[in-house]
Amino acid sequence: MTDLSVEVCGLRLKNPTMLASGVLDETGKSMLAVAKAGAGAIVTKSIGREPRIGHPNPSVVELEDGLLNAMGLPNPGIGLFAKEINEAKRGGVPIIGSVFAGTEEEIAELAGMMAQAGADAVELNLSCPHAKGYGAELGSSPERVERSCWLAKQACNVPVLAKLTPNTSYVTELAKAAERGGADAVVAINTLKGMAINPEAGLPVLGNKFGGLSGPAIKPVGIRCVYEIYDAVQIPVIGVGGVTTGRDAVEYMMAGASAIQIGTAVWLRGADVFSLVCKEMTEFMKVNGFSSVRQLLGVAHSGRH
Amino acid sequence: MLKIKKHVDETPNIKTMRFDEKLEAMPGQFVMVWVPGVDEFPMSVTYTGSQFGIAYQIIGDGTKALAEKKIGDRIGIRGPYGNGFILKGKKMLVVAGGVGMAPVAPLIDSAKKGSVDLVLGARVREELLFEKRATAAGAKVHIATDDGSKGFKGFASELAKELMDEQRFDQVYACGPEMMIAKVVDLASMKKVPIQASLERIMKCGIGICDSCALDGFHVCKDGPVFSQVELKNLDDLGRAKLDPAGRKVPV
Repeated sequence: MTDLSVEVCGLRLKNPTMLASGVLDETGKSMLAVAKAGAGAIVTKSIGREPRIGHPNPSVVELEDGLLNAMGLPNPGIGLFAKEINEAKRGGVPIIGSVFAGTEEEIAELAGMMAQAGADAVELNLSCPHAKGYGAELGSSPERVERSCWLAKQACNVPVLAKLTPNTSYVTELAKAAERGGADAVVAINTLKGMAINPEAGLPVLGNKFGGLSGPAIKPVGIRCVYEIYDAVQIPVIGVGGVTTGRDAVEYMMAGASAIQIGTAVWLRGADVFSLVCKEMTEFMKVNGFSSVRQLLGVAHSGRH
Repeated sequence: MLKIKKHVDETPNIKTMRFDEKLEAMPGQFVMVWVPGVDEFPMSVTYTGSQFGIAYQIIGDGTKALAEKKIGDRIGIRGPYGNGFILKGKKMLVVAGGVGMAPVAPLIDSAKKGSVDLVLGARVREELLFEKRATAAGAKVHIATDDGSKGFKGFASELAKELMDEQRFDQVYACGPEMMIAKVVDLASMKKVPIQASLERIMKCGIGICDSCALDGFHVCKDGPVFSQVELKNLDDLGRAKLDPAGRKVPV
C-alpha cells in the first residue's frame, strides 16, 4: 500500500497535487472538473476587489519548453466569487482562494473576504510578475511580505499561504519574512518574468510586452528555491514550477516541498495530469521502497540513508 | 508570421483571407490570429489544406485592423486548435447563420455531392455567405433572410424546422448566432437526430488553460468549439449565459 496523503498546515490532502492558481480556476464548474480529475486541492484564480478584464491579447505564447503568459489578473471580483467557491467545493477537496491587491491592508482585507466566501485557506499572490502595482510589486520587499502576512492572519481564521516570486536574489529573505508575519506556509515559485519578440513583426508578442514564464523550463529554478527555503524556514513549503510528471513531483518533495502545484502541465497533459502524476509517483515509490509520500520530504538535504 | 496571399470581400462585412502556406485542419477547428500591435483572436479555418484561409466578420478593433491588411502584409497564426466537425451519415442537414457559414463550408466541401441540405441564413440577402460555394459543392441550398429579401422570410432555425418536419436526417450541424444554435439543438433532440454544433465564447489563451471560454465546466477552445449532442444537451448556459472578459456571467 502506497500512501499519497499529506497534511499541510492543517489542510488534509488525499494526494500532494494541487491545481496552481491561474489555470482552469475562474469558474466553479471548471474547478470542480479538475477536482474530479484527481487534484488533491484547488487554488483559485487570483481574485481582486473589483472585476478586472486583464491585459489585451496575445496573452499567451507557446514555447518549446513552457509558456509565457500575461493574462493580467482577469477576475470577476471578490463579490461574485463565493458562488464559484461553493460550486468548486462539491469536488470534496480543499479550495484555496488566491487573492491579489496593491497594498498590505487591501490584500489582508481580501484574504478575510475570501475566507468568508468559503475558502479553506488563502494564498496571497505576492508574486505575479506582469500586473502593474500588484503581485511581485508588493511581494519583492521582505517588509511588505511580512506585513501582508501578518495583517492577513489577523483578517481571517484559515491558513494563510504566501506565494513568492523567484524574480529576486533573496527568495529566502522573502520566505523568512512570510514566516515572521505568521504565514502558515510558503508557495514557491511564481513565474519568471520574461519576454518574447517576434522578429518578423519586430515587436514583443504579448499584449503586455512582458509576462511570466512557466513550465518545464523553470523547474530547476523552482527546485533550487524550494531547497533553499526548506533550509531557511520551519513552516511548510509548497513547490510549484514545471511539475509535469511524477518524477518532477518527487524531485520537488525531495527538495523540501510538502505538496506541489501543477499549472502549465494541464496544457501539456490535460486535466488528467493530476491522476497521472499520482500514478507515476506511486510507481516511483514502489520501485524505490517508499511507503508514504511523506518519506520523500527533504530527502535531498541529507541523501538517502 | 504568414504573408497574405488573397484578401476578398465576400459580403459587405465579411472577408476571406488566404495564405500560401498549407494548414491541415478539420472543418470547425480554429486558429489564433495575431494582428501585431493590435490584438489576437480566434477565427475558424474556412479553407483547409494548401492555401488555407479564414473568413471573418468585421466587428471590433482587431478585425477592423485585419480588414485593412493588404496582400503581402504579414500576420501571426497559431493553431489549428480545438475539435472539428465529424462527417457522419448519408443525409445531412447543415444550419448556418451569418458568418457561422465559415466553419461549416469546408464540411460541405468534403461531403459527398447531394448528401447535404444547407439552410443558410442572414439578415439580408447581401449578407449571405458562400451560397455559390455550397451549390458548387453539391449541396441543396435553402435560403432564409430575416427581411425576406431572398428565400424564406424568417430565421434559419424556422426554415430548418420545416425541413426537419418533412424529411428525416442522419445528422444535423449548426453554427451561427447562439439563439439559432439553441433552437436547432432543441429541434434535433425533439426529432432524435444527432447534432454537432460550433459554439463561441471569449477566448484568450486558445489552448485550454486560462478558463476565459469556460462553459459549464467545458472549455470552448479545447473541448469545443464543436460540441456533440451529449455535451450540448447538458449545457445549462447554452443560449442563456456567457462570461464577459472579466469572467462575470452575463446573458448571451
